Amino acid sequence: MTAIDPTAHLTAEQIEELGRELDAIRDEVIASRGEKDAAYIRTVISAQRKLELVSRGVLLFSFFPPAWLLGTAGLSVAKIMDNMEIGHNILHGQWDWMRDPKIHSTTWEWDHVSPADQWKHSHNELHHTYTNVIGKDNDLGYGIMRVDEDQKWHPFHLGQPLWNFLNACFFEYGIAAYDLELGKNLHKRRRNTPEFRARAKAVGRKIRKQVLKDYVIHPLLSGPSFLTTLAATFTANLVRNIWTHSVIMCGHFPEGVQTFERRSIKGETRGQWYLRQMMGSANISGSRAMHFMTGNLSHQIEHHLFPDLPSNRYAEVAVKVRALFEKYELEYVTGPLPKQVFSAWRKVFRLSLPNKKPKVDAPDRDQELVAA
Amino acid sequence: MTSAALRSRAWKLLEMVTTPLLPSDYLDLVSPLRAGADLRGRIEAVHPETADAATIVIRPGRGWRGHTAGQYVRIGADVDGRRLWRAYSITSPTNRQDGRVTITVKAIPDGKVSNHLVRRAKPGTLVQLDQPTGDFVLPEAKPAKVLYLTAGSGITPVMGMLRDIDFDDVVMVHSAPQPQDVIFRNELHDLVAAKKLRLTEVHTDTDGVLDIARLDELVPDWAERETWACGPAGLLDAAEEFWSERGVRERLHTERFRPGIVAAGDGGEVTFSATGKTVEADGATPLLDIGEEAGVLMPSGCRMGICFGCVTPLKAGAVRDLRTGEITEAEPGVLIQTCVSAAAGPCDIER
Ligand code: FES
Repeated sequence: MTAIDPTAHLTAEQIEELGRELDAIRDEVIASRGEKDAAYIRTVISAQRKLELVSRGVLLFSFFPPAWLLGTAGLSVAKIMDNMEIGHNILHGQWDWMRDPKIHSTTWEWDHVSPADQWKHSHNELHHTYTNVIGKDNDLGYGIMRVDEDQKWHPFHLGQPLWNFLNACFFEYGIAAYDLELGKNLHKRRRNTPEFRARAKAVGRKIRKQVLKDYVIHPLLSGPSFLTTLAATFTANLVRNIWTHSVIMCGHFPEGVQTFERRSIKGETRGQWYLRQMMGSANISGSRAMHFMTGNLSHQIEHHLFPDLPSNRYAEVAVKVRALFEKYELEYVTGPLPKQVFSAWRKVFRLSLPNKKPKVDAPDRDQELVAA
Repeated sequence: MTSAALRSRAWKLLEMVTTPLLPSDYLDLVSPLRAGADLRGRIEAVHPETADAATIVIRPGRGWRGHTAGQYVRIGADVDGRRLWRAYSITSPTNRQDGRVTITVKAIPDGKVSNHLVRRAKPGTLVQLDQPTGDFVLPEAKPAKVLYLTAGSGITPVMGMLRDIDFDDVVMVHSAPQPQDVIFRNELHDLVAAKKLRLTEVHTDTDGVLDIARLDELVPDWAERETWACGPAGLLDAAEEFWSERGVRERLHTERFRPGIVAAGDGGEVTFSATGKTVEADGATPLLDIGEEAGVLMPSGCRMGICFGCVTPLKAGAVRDLRTGEITEAEPGVLIQTCVSAAAGPCDIER
């Protein structure tokens, strides 16, 4: 629904051909999944557990400032690993093919206040199917922000930089509320359905467990380091929340990313679906460590094309996907983290105000083509 | 408070410490074979037996309850990153001092797990285990006269029995393609030399497949013997017929290894076992649609294979992934995405 449709130069046949080429990339990875990939995720999981264990151990002595720093840093990284490279990807079913019941989308639970099954519904199902379709994909602005010029402005949006900042700090709670569709369910009638009540209860239970662990049990175990451990876990959660929020903002918000109208996806073909994922996502460039810490969501475009491929393969897939972008003359939106975060935030600020000038009409591509 | 109650309180507290993981997730890092862990074993050695068979020495976890001679164990091995389960007879005696058990595996052509175990398994690797089971075992009272009728790797449960018990009068008729294919050949010949066993080897490459009627000549008193037979289906079918015809069917105990191989076809009869519905499906319609059409409540989400909101256990039969053409066969614990899978022959979906 942007002024100029960046895919207008593609014919219907080209779009289907693009779909077939993407399917071929997918099949290649599926056929070559094996021992190395399994070893990868097992190593990451075991490293995460050891790091968390050691960090919590160090925090027992957190009254000593260097121990506080070390433990907090370790715990922050462990929590990020749990949520990003491990939790997000396992819950996508990326590792289900291993048939290991302990590393499976149906059994995994993560260090997050949103219960895994609720998150799977809102994320895997709604967001990934309806990527960037306004009104269907709640990830767009999380229901609290205006993310597109075409959305109607309301004075409420003046505050959206603040809402976004608060959402970043308490991101896991934001996600839990969002998975519950809290906004929609504020009406009393909806709130009282047994279905909603059961889900709200599950979230409550999960929050209780997480809070008890981080803010009561572990500080108590630390004895004399009670307060410093409390501060450490709070900080680790804050760091994890701000980090994941930043990474996720970079996935669909930066300038150049397209949004779509509800009616544009009616009767969508496989090729068109792929195309929407390509135009609706943005990557983050950087080192291998950077990709790892984002849970490979730095390869957001590839992840949206193939959400169930193992994350460790996105880097190699990206090379081929990028070549297709070039072949079909499409814009591959990518950039280093600071640039992408800045770009996303700038959009949040810009759209908190009403549109500056009346929208220009899209130039008539058909006419251009005829003229050419 | 009793000590059991105390322990369960302590465990609850520990669970609060490790949530959302379980204490066992951390304990598994250091002690995967401890008491109370999921049952696993560690491969400690692999000894070749013949060109295509090997004995795997496994140290089972502390929860192992022990076996009876002749029983088998299901083993879950990670082959090319994917966990596959197969059953193998236990070949070690029940009183082995070091607490280890052995299975003896023959690599079958295209057998994923057997080839992996025989040729690629490395000492130190963990495998998943079930408790041993099976009723191909000796009765409490030792029979006076025994006949073992075996072929190929059908000798493995029998070897477990021979190593476990001293019989007074035991005869074995064993078939294998060539002498060097006879698993445990040296050990069998040692038993023969010690007069503990009478053995007839049938080498099928030169002698042809054993004609069961030859038993009258090979083991004239076969009908008086308590018989245990294990081998390919052809041999067992023939034996069952032979014993039935002579009216001594109750003397024959058989063990079949592999249930029939699933023949992957195109479409088939789909059973939704939890609902008790059966419908005919073609090979192109997703099972999700088939189920919904039949009025079965199917979990679903994106309907295009990306959200994993439709995964359901496949209890029997085979399905085809509509995107890649890949066939998935039913095995315990196998889940399929019903929105992108179609029937590849008759199958049973747990819904
Ligand atoms: S319904 Fe989404 S994967 Fe099957």
